[in-house]
Amino acid sequence: MRMTGGDAILRALEAEGVEVMFGIPGGAIMPTYDAIARGTTVRHVLARHEQGAGHMAQGYARASGRVGVAIATSGPGATNLVTPIADAWMDSTPLVCITGQVRSTLIGTDAFQECDITGITMPIVKHSWLVQDGRELPSVLRAAFHVARTGRCGPVLVDVPRDVQEAVVDVSFPGELDLPGWRPPTKVHPLQIREAGRAIANARKPMLYVGGGTLNGDACAELLDLAEAGSLPVVTTLMAKSAFPESHELHFGWPGMHGPKWSNLAINSCDVLVAIGARFDDRVTGKLSAFAPGATVVHLDVDAAEISKLREADIPVVGSLATAVGALAREVERHRAEGTPSPRAWLDQLHAWREEFPLRYDKDGDWLKPQTVLETLQRLTAGEDVIVTTGVGQHQMWAMQYVSSERPRSFITSGGLGTMGYGIPAAIGAKAARPEATVVCVDGDGCFQMTAQELVTAAAEDLPIVVVLVNNGYLGMVTQWQDMFFDGRRSHVHLTNRLPDYAKLAEAYGGVGMVVTHESELEPALTEALSLGRMVVVDCRVDPAEQCFPMIPTGAAAIDMIEYGDTLEVKAS
Amino acid sequence: VKHTLSVTVHDKPGALTRITTMFARRGFNIESLAVGPTERPGVSCITLRVDCTQHSLEQIEKQIHKLVDVLRVTELVAGEAVERELMLVKVSVPPERRAELVTTAEALGGRLLDVGADAVVLELVATPEEIDSFHELCRPYGVSDLVRTGRVGVPRAAGRRRTPRRLAAIN
Repeated sequence: MRMTGGDAILRALEAEGVEVMFGIPGGAIMPTYDAIARGTTVRHVLARHEQGAGHMAQGYARASGRVGVAIATSGPGATNLVTPIADAWMDSTPLVCITGQVRSTLIGTDAFQECDITGITMPIVKHSWLVQDGRELPSVLRAAFHVARTGRCGPVLVDVPRDVQEAVVDVSFPGELDLPGWRPPTKVHPLQIREAGRAIANARKPMLYVGGGTLNGDACAELLDLAEAGSLPVVTTLMAKSAFPESHELHFGWPGMHGPKWSNLAINSCDVLVAIGARFDDRVTGKLSAFAPGATVVHLDVDAAEISKLREADIPVVGSLATAVGALAREVERHRAEGTPSPRAWLDQLHAWREEFPLRYDKDGDWLKPQTVLETLQRLTAGEDVIVTTGVGQHQMWAMQYVSSERPRSFITSGGLGTMGYGIPAAIGAKAARPEATVVCVDGDGCFQMTAQELVTAAAEDLPIVVVLVNNGYLGMVTQWQDMFFDGRRSHVHLTNRLPDYAKLAEAYGGVGMVVTHESELEPALTEALSLGRMVVVDCRVDPAEQCFPMIPTGAAAIDMIEYGDTLEVKAS
Repeated sequence: VKHTLSVTVHDKPGALTRITTMFARRGFNIESLAVGPTERPGVSCITLRVDCTQHSLEQIEKQIHKLVDVLRVTELVAGEAVERELMLVKVSVPPERRAELVTTAEALGGRLLDVGADAVVLELVATPEEIDSFHELCRPYGVSDLVRTGRVGVPRAAGRRRTPRRLAAIN
């Protein structure tokens, strides 16, 4: 078929089954946008900033399990995508970014809106292509989608010069897949599964430490099988939140810096630690040498480079997690059938810890408490088809603690990169992926202001989201650190909770704004917001003095955590 | 501990940059680097010399292996591989001492490439260790220019093709 390069890009996206892409046009990508105007089955969502487009594509990918697609022009358009690309790299989100580039003859001349985006993004992509011949477009785009979603998921970039988009070429679809160097593991070694199964089945105090790879690898059903087959307790990291139903009796919370004490006690007292698609991140482990000391480590991951990167794995298992966890579930089931006992005493201990160290906060004073906002949101949405996205900071940690996620891909957050401003665009992307679900962005006032312009996108593109703004008027997590670790010297953290007027801003952006200053107003406001089917911002003015606990100070051992109400005597470690 | 890695890559733009970027970003150091074509069209070989722990070496191998353009990563283990390097050196030497220097060089397999009024250019292809000693030998004369290609290597003719590694065992 003869067509322009721009048309070839769209036919390639259609051949991949892409439903929606998120982007903004500009000079160097105009031939492709012209092809969009001439017709395509792919829905285009017009973002207001390329960073927003990138995070929308991420939110779409995380909610749907499909590859997210973002499209932007050269130069500043492309550099605005760098944050979403880095975020997708850290959280292993499958993402294809298509950027326009200046004409081939101008590359290297410092032309208008030229930048070396393949060079800039090289450390944060799985792979990238600068397409020099339009005839390569079908195979390059096919490879891009293939690389983004196979093995450990992640971002890729396809940079296409303007003349390549314009030139008429003879192409056919789907393109040929020629990637001799890309061989992600598919098989799982049966001997490793046998060894892992034996260790887990015979453990007195086993613990499943589940990471985001379980969601990316679509291994949630297998995880449930494994846990139930062996009566194995589960903790899910922030990135794995929703991988395991949190009302399940085998779910014991979330490990790490702001995880409950019982979760951290559980993971640090086990004798066999089974890491599943998890990477021993410092926010989970605290002081690494003191993390789950003495435990035998079974590590399952699709990425061999994660095995023994930070913690030596005693029993490594490399392969697709759905296959590996499924095989392990059958192996553990066999052991149980042969009579190795379930870890009853251990489970009793974990339940006892949960009773002994519950999450708690005091409702003192007149202020609305942020935890109350999250508790109420949870109560009003329990059992519903709800997807929660968050920004980064205190509100994110409270959302982790108080929102109970029951279905896979129902909690979407920026974990590795910790990108403030992720929540609103990610919610819009999630809504595009799952229009039937109620999508709630739990946001902080600091985060809100980093990507608030995308509320227009939500209103204009009919992607209604509910923003529950946990507004304490501060960059709250930074304030908490300044108070705890910098002798209370507050340095440039005060935003004020009235500037901007968030409710008016919501209305200006085409939605509905509400203000909640007292607990009595909270439930009616949230109930209404959730029922409107419109873009809504609920500005919850919460106690600026409230801090997020429990907390493991950076570099401290995970079990040396500070609980709510503890006297704050933090020693430098 | 020093290790030699032989990396065969699909000869695409940026293939070498992706490898060096990975080293830079993860804080590993490259001691020497040599790149050139192989027996297969479109495939290049990059030989890297790194000084790191066994743990880091495993990380490096696995991280390189993940790169899309990389076809194979092999460690050239001392004793199981033949390694060579080329050095070109310009030595200041007065005519009366020239014969003595050239004889020594030739005894070590070196070659006289160019002669000037008070300097010569010598070439030596040898193991990196021999090159080190030859450099030391030239030093008293006065070395004004010296370049080395960085080592390249292949597994020994009689050896097995590849030492089985832990990574291979679990995969």
